[in-house]
Amino acid sequence: MTDAAKDPCAHCEEMMQPYLDHILTEAEVIEAEAHLDECDWCRRRYRFEESLRVYVRQVVTEPMPDALKQKLAALRIPLN
Amino acid sequence: MAEDATRIATEARDRVRFEEEALALADQVYRVARHLSNSREDAEELVQETYARAFRSWRSYTPGTNLRAWLLRILTNLNIDRGRRSQRAPQTQALEANDYYLYDKLSADSDGGQPADEERVVERLSQDDIVTALATVPHDFRDVIVLVDIGDFSYQDAAQILDIPIGTVMSRLHRGRRILKRELADSVLEDAT
Repeated sequence: MTDAAKDPCAHCEEMMQPYLDHILTEAEVIEAEAHLDECDWCRRRYRFEESLRVYVRQVVTEPMPDALKQKLAALRIPLN
Repeated sequence: MAEDATRIATEARDRVRFEEEALALADQVYRVARHLSNSREDAEELVQETYARAFRSWRSYTPGTNLRAWLLRILTNLNIDRGRRSQRAPQTQALEANDYYLYDKLSADSDGGQPADEERVVERLSQDDIVTALATVPHDFRDVIVLVDIGDFSYQDAAQILDIPIGTVMSRLHRGRRILKRELADSVLEDAT
């Protein structure tokens, strides 16, 4: 019996981050999605993990101060 | 003489193009710098040093390669050189949570135990929670999270920028995300008490 057959949710948890990183093989993607389709417990966690990534990326975006932009432009080496 | 003039003109044109392309990436460079630094002032200084060095050594950039990764390589090296990293995040044994720890904590004490809308659950975290939690992740792990999860760099680019093997990027990312979740969960629990 494989690990996946013994505890499909634990196996799904192992695949979750690699799935979100898009680094699973095609066969693994099919396996992960098949489990997510049928398992509400894992699907909830998947939706949370996906939202968390998007949220972290959005929330920590802080615009660069305009004064800094001007300072950077001033660092350019003048043409002779 | 005429050949010299042509060469100089070509070089000037290449340099101006390089500078313009580099400046167009400044927002993204700043975003990464901000989360590798302790303060906004540190981040601004780091970005300025990065651009000053980039403009001086523009000839070592190969056109057509990843300019954003090239700039970030300069930035992370400067950050290490200046020893800024050692000033913070003492290397205590960071606690990792299992992958679903944060979800379990956040969903457990909302709405009287009713199943929550997952997209809403993350909104219980404030911007402050996330920025603070990220700052407490030890720098080796934080560098990778900032580059991959916030800066959108590939594993390969992050490995090149930080000069570490790709397998190390993956393992640090894996552990770093768990540490971040642990910190986030702790900050939410503190807010609740």
